[in-house]
Amino acid sequence: MRYLPHTEDDINSMLDAVGAEHMDDLFSMIPAGCKMEGSLDLPEAMTEWELNTFMDGLSVKMATSPSYKIFVGAGSYNHYIPESISYLLGRSEFSTAYTPYQPEISQGTLQAIYEYQTLVTRLLGMEVANASMYDGASALAEALLMAIRITKRRRVAISRLIHPYFRDAIRTYLTPGNYEIVELPYLENGRTDITGVADMENLAAVAIQSPNFLGCMEDLSSVEKPVHETGALFVLSFTEPLAYGLFKNPGCQGADIACGEAQSFGIPQSFGGPCLGMFSCRMKHVRNMPGRLVGKTTDVDGRPGFVLTLATREQHIRREKATSNICTNNSLCALASAMYMASVGGTGIRELASLNRDKAEYLKRGLRDAGLKIPFASPTFNEFVVEFGKGFKDTYAALFKKRIVAGIPLAGWYPELSGHYLLCVTETTGREDMDALIEEVQS
Amino acid sequence: MKDIEELFLPDDVRYTETHEWVRDDDGSVLIGINDYAQDQLGDIVFVELPEVGAIFEKGEEFGTLESVKAVSEINMPVSGEVIAVNEALEQTPELINQEPYNDGWIIEVRLDDPDEMQTLMSSSEYLEMLKGEG
Repeated sequence: MRYLPHTEDDINSMLDAVGAEHMDDLFSMIPAGCKMEGSLDLPEAMTEWELNTFMDGLSVKMATSPSYKIFVGAGSYNHYIPESISYLLGRSEFSTAYTPYQPEISQGTLQAIYEYQTLVTRLLGMEVANASMYDGASALAEALLMAIRITKRRRVAISRLIHPYFRDAIRTYLTPGNYEIVELPYLENGRTDITGVADMENLAAVAIQSPNFLGCMEDLSSVEKPVHETGALFVLSFTEPLAYGLFKNPGCQGADIACGEAQSFGIPQSFGGPCLGMFSCRMKHVRNMPGRLVGKTTDVDGRPGFVLTLATREQHIRREKATSNICTNNSLCALASAMYMASVGGTGIRELASLNRDKAEYLKRGLRDAGLKIPFASPTFNEFVVEFGKGFKDTYAALFKKRIVAGIPLAGWYPELSGHYLLCVTETTGREDMDALIEEVQS
Repeated sequence: MKDIEELFLPDDVRYTETHEWVRDDDGSVLIGINDYAQDQLGDIVFVELPEVGAIFEKGEEFGTLESVKAVSEINMPVSGEVIAVNEALEQTPELINQEPYNDGWIIEVRLDDPDEMQTLMSSSEYLEMLKGEG
């Protein structure tokens, strides 16, 4: 799709047609106090050479892989991205500013989204997936709104081990509607304590994250029954979908909605965005699912084709009565993750997941042997918590100078976990780097 | 789409401004959408029905109809309690297109106030309203 700007003549003839003298007249309804006077407060323009020097100067100040050894995940993960993905993603058919949805001209894009949806349902073991959402946090907040619509109830219970940023997003979404949010505590083994839900009335949803923010795999199969007994929907969130290459998927463990962040699948970390919200649910709830959905159909001549489905429930048609305020998707990122899943393949995802788990176990064991405490006993995937102790701050700073980032301190989000750090290991982490970290922290 | 003159508007039901019909059925009433509404909506693909036992005020939305073109609300022509829903519509929503006044009925309601039927239009009054709109 080409963008063709108007000429000065075009603009003048359009202004004539609507009876306006200047472009500014079209914005006269905006109060004067809300308009910015003058020009933007920006420095003088640089030459290309100057700009490159300036940007190089900024980038050396950042602690980025591979010059730093970074043992941090916490919602954003460093994985190898096959070279084929950046090549395919850069094709002009895909990298437009807007996703063309018209079936007459966009069969390729629509099929790509359809393939993405299919791969998501296979990975998560769910029946239907949408065309993607902005990120894992907004996907989870939309999942709770969806449960509220379906059950016509007003209270949700969310695990305290859901990513703190995700819980912030939930509060942003739900508070204006006066929905009640209850946080579920966690147990000594690093899993969510769901015993309290049995006594909670009027529950629309119970949301659990697995692997959770402490890196522990939740025991989803034992969560399902008590949740469904309350009449609530079981919402499963995740920040690391690669875990489902190894662990049982949410679908076979009774989740009604499974959604989360899928940056792990072929999308660079790049300062935390753009991200990818994966969203899937049971087919019986499809009419309450937010976002766009591509379906497969046949045209008048019986040829297969792809088309937006259930669009009549969306905002551009149903206005304020739409299922959700989301009327778009994150197509390019969804495409990257579809390419990633297809490139790595079913066996590859399993192998890669094993590699992540095995490497993380190697570091975990090494740290434990070095005398450090691993406080939570539940199985983990590629992240786990270490108790370095309260005096670790100085060591942490010293390691940082040696270009090692020894995890992320948890006390800011969990005051009771001071001296506890969340560490992450992926397939990109070398054995020497792990050995170096172990040696540094025991000395 | 049908011309106004082609519409089937039977005399044994009462009509609302929002194109529902109501038929007095010995103490309770049947409610559906009329020939004009089904014709305007086109092929109906999904019907969202209320729960039996739900109580609605006159004018309140009690369900939705999804056609290939749009999703529309269905409004209560009278106040009352839902005593039955047409479960056949879950599998065969096209009954509303085929038989809007018979097999395509949507809910059965126990009226709060039988006199409310008199506030609704006869087929000739409804036809006049449509002509006025056109």
